[in-house]
Amino acid sequence: MELYNLSIRAAHDLISKKQVSSLELTTATLEHIHNTDPHINAFVTVADELALEQARQADHRLQIGAKVTPLTGIPFAVKDCISTKAVRTTCSSKILENYIPQYNASVIDRLADAGAVLVGKHNMDEFGMGSSCENSAFFITHNPWDLDRVPGGSSGGSAAAVAASMGAFALGEDTGGSIRMPASFCNVTGLKTTYGRVSRYGLIALVSSFDSIGPMARDAYDCATVLQAIAGQDPHDATSLPAPVPDYLQNLEKPVKGLRLGIPKEYFQAGMEPGVEGSIRAAIRTFEELGMEIREVSLPHTKFGLPVYYLVLFAEASANLARFDGTRFGLSVTQGAKNVIDLYLQTRRAGFGPEVKRRIMLGAYVLSAGYYDAYYLKAQKVRTLLRQDFDAAFEQCDALVAPTCPTTAFKLGEKTDDPLTMYLSDIYVVATNPAGVPSLSLPCGFSNGMPVGMQLIGKHLSEDLLLQIGHAYQSATDWHLKRPAIV
Amino acid sequence: MTPQEPAKTDFTIDADMVKHVAFLVRLGILEEEAQAFSHQFTAIIDYFHLLNEVDTQNVKPACETSSTQNVMRPDELRPSMSRQDFMKNVPHQDGAFVQVPLVFGEE
Amino acid sequence: MPTNPQPIGISNDLQLSKIPGDKMICEPVIGLEIHAELQTKSKMFCGCSAVYSSTSEPNTLICPVCTALPGAMPVVNQKAVEQAILVGLALNCTINPMNQFARKNYFYPDLPKGYQISQYTLPVASDGWLDIFEEPMSEIQRVQIRRAHLEEDTAKLSHQGKYALVDYNRAGVPLLEIVSEPDMHTVEATLAYATRIRAILRYLGVNSGDMEKGVLRFEANVSVRPAGSQELRTRTEIKNLNSFRALTRACAYEIQRQTQLYESGSTIVQETLGWDDVKGVTVSQRSKEEAHDYRYFPEPDLPPLEISREWAEQIKTGLPELPEARSQRFVSEFGLTIKEASLLISEKSLADYFERTVSLSKSPAKVIYNWISGEFMRFVNDLGIDLDHLPIPAGNLAELVDLATGRIINDNSAKLVLKDMFETGQAPKAIVEAKNLAQVSDEGYLESVIARILSENPKEVASYLAGKEAVFQWMMGQVARLTRGKADPQVARQLLLLALERAKNK
Repeated sequence: MELYNLSIRAAHDLISKKQVSSLELTTATLEHIHNTDPHINAFVTVADELALEQARQADHRLQIGAKVTPLTGIPFAVKDCISTKAVRTTCSSKILENYIPQYNASVIDRLADAGAVLVGKHNMDEFGMGSSCENSAFFITHNPWDLDRVPGGSSGGSAAAVAASMGAFALGEDTGGSIRMPASFCNVTGLKTTYGRVSRYGLIALVSSFDSIGPMARDAYDCATVLQAIAGQDPHDATSLPAPVPDYLQNLEKPVKGLRLGIPKEYFQAGMEPGVEGSIRAAIRTFEELGMEIREVSLPHTKFGLPVYYLVLFAEASANLARFDGTRFGLSVTQGAKNVIDLYLQTRRAGFGPEVKRRIMLGAYVLSAGYYDAYYLKAQKVRTLLRQDFDAAFEQCDALVAPTCPTTAFKLGEKTDDPLTMYLSDIYVVATNPAGVPSLSLPCGFSNGMPVGMQLIGKHLSEDLLLQIGHAYQSATDWHLKRPAIV
Repeated sequence: MTPQEPAKTDFTIDADMVKHVAFLVRLGILEEEAQAFSHQFTAIIDYFHLLNEVDTQNVKPACETSSTQNVMRPDELRPSMSRQDFMKNVPHQDGAFVQVPLVFGEE
Repeated sequence: MPTNPQPIGISNDLQLSKIPGDKMICEPVIGLEIHAELQTKSKMFCGCSAVYSSTSEPNTLICPVCTALPGAMPVVNQKAVEQAILVGLALNCTINPMNQFARKNYFYPDLPKGYQISQYTLPVASDGWLDIFEEPMSEIQRVQIRRAHLEEDTAKLSHQGKYALVDYNRAGVPLLEIVSEPDMHTVEATLAYATRIRAILRYLGVNSGDMEKGVLRFEANVSVRPAGSQELRTRTEIKNLNSFRALTRACAYEIQRQTQLYESGSTIVQETLGWDDVKGVTVSQRSKEEAHDYRYFPEPDLPPLEISREWAEQIKTGLPELPEARSQRFVSEFGLTIKEASLLISEKSLADYFERTVSLSKSPAKVIYNWISGEFMRFVNDLGIDLDHLPIPAGNLAELVDLATGRIINDNSAKLVLKDMFETGQAPKAIVEAKNLAQVSDEGYLESVIARILSENPKEVASYLAGKEAVFQWMMGQVARLTRGKADPQVARQLLLLALERAKNK
């Protein structure tokens, strides 16, 4: 088996037994990236020199036996909205095309502490705005399972990279399905964490109330390993939770017999592709066989998830993107500028793509004097009701199961004509972020040759439970082991 | 609702409103772009009027509550960023200050 | 009248508060917004230094947070919250149990995030009041305080050629904005309010009051209305008034401008104005767009702040004696008038100095007041001395006053001694001895001096005995001359009267 195909768990095993060095593993991974990525375009930046240097440092640590963790020497990459010191960070936008942060996001510091090896930055929908990775200002990422199809978005590059073994894991970011959708389209396991479980310091913000960084990897076990390293309160992020971090690996092997799994009926009404529905139903049968109790629940405000999500997104993104003004970093279009207003107008016109422009304008609209109550405030109130839906559901069950997307990966260009249509495809993933609850996306089958994903949704801070259930499922099935032909 | 259906209401976001919000976010747009955005914005926001079906009279906005409270830091100095590092990304500067084209009665 | 470090006297042209004339009599309606930088070590939302912001090299007290780099996040400075609560309590406000920060969105080069983190619907403090003593009306007036809220300061802009230069050292420094109701109806009242707020902030130790450094800024909302009516007409907002002088002159000018507009049948346009101190006029700053739509919404990066009763009570125990209470105490304990007490407490260092002197002296407090507000302050002002760094220890002043009330030296000599104390820093007794200024009360000696004067000036004696009272003063002058100013005037007066009486009876 090629080194780059190893899971974190398997790689750590070989590394700790000194059968493989980090340098060997990293070199193999980088070579594989350079061979394979030209077909996929998952990466915006590959940092070879930095990666090799980190690998050597990891090997040194391993040699002297200092601070060795399950991630020491393991190559990974992150979505390009996470700040990495001295490595270009672009959010796949022209406005940050040449921006090199002078500081690390907290999650990057924690992974560096653990000894993991950063190899590069992943393509995404520009500023996280999109569900297919087609909104990147640079290039399109292709789904490794079918190069004519989208990998999903907005963490499309991260999902495609992990699917194609270009790195043992990735850090993605989920605001409204952005880890789960691409994970589902690319046959990868991805975890949207509880809002506040992982520090957002250094994450280039899209929706401050919803953004959640999470791991994407080969399986639940690997996701748990990564989560262990990055979870926990950060004094730089006032919204990060003080709750203690459990030992995620410890509970992984516990049996799931007797746990209650809820099926939210609103998620199973018309609209799913038959192949998708079939895979989900089969997965539910598997859970039943594992001894879980299946019951139907209701999340009555589900259909309002989309407007709540987008109205809050428009407003917060509009404010979060105001700092991109051509004065302190990034693109700066001064030609012909008579004054600073011209600088702003020109720079932002040239630097932002059409979807970004749409959303920040709509954000100004919904926050405008006279409209605030009807739109933003209204959305925040309905958001409370969405939260209450989940709270009520979790009194009757320990986790919920639902499809991640009504379809498998669609063809490139299929949905780009109309923004509203694109928004509507998020229907199953947008309610979790306003409620702040975690959700684990797992491969659960194939439809017309393309991967199908399901999500396990849990209550606040129930990552350990979700990973446990996911691990049980993956011990009983092998969907997650399938690899695309390109690998 | 699909985009091909005609608008069910009189609600509209016209090109003037588009230009107004474009300026609020300091986005330069052209007249024809304003027209195109006008159709898209109208469809999108009109769809979101769906929220009016929900009775929220006694519901508190989610943004006023939080699972954490009183997260503060002590009044202590932390290491700053060096000016040199900061200036590495600044497009127009003279080594000490950030330079910006002159302001005319903006505020 | 204590005036250090800024003159707070009012020049004559400010009597325009009430406009005379046979046309509409206008009553000014003024509300004040005061921005005070808080004296914390670090900034409002990050750990950069807030203290030396105005004196350090540009862009050296910065970090990703205060320069709004992508991915940076704010975290609230606890001390700033405590100081805000302290001010709220001092202004008799309700401290709101649930606080929230909000984003105020607009674009300007001194605002790196494109929004300012401020407070909107849920500020730290609201619904307070402050009693002010308004000259020359000599009455106490209550000004309602609408709110006090926390926010962050902007960066500093300067100009060079065709560029604006930005220094982010000041960006993120904690600001407390104190907003009054439009309860002031004269420029004098506005000044009294502003000076009292400044004094309170100094008393609390949350702001240095050093307006030249820009740590305290005023914005005045000004309108006028017919005297006696309760309506609120269109107002203008005068921004960036950085001294008491600018505040009073700008308000006076704007009142007159608006009055004249009404009288000529025009209307007032609601707009933002700047003050041109050189030309002495307000200037419109209306920009291309209409009034700002700040699109406020709750700051999602900062969870709500709960200020429990216990916390507020704990902070309340840390409140020092405030100007108002101190003023009342000076009246009741030391027998000063309200006006006299007000003058002393307007500067904490002066009030401290006064009290210390009183405690070290045997003389009545009133006498000490007269010395301090008179001769002492005259020297302080002439020499440009900072009240926080008075060169004469209170004990020395006490000693001097006691020498004078004990009539060891007379008042003229005492003034000379004081001058010397300022110049040399010596103690008064040493100066009196060295310069032999001790007052002469020896009756025998004085009698001989008086006898000499009477015998050498028979014409003047006759003049006095004929009824010309003024000659007496001349004779006292001669006593002073002959004794080189050291004669105890009281004793000399008595003896002279006796001598003249005897001369009459001869």
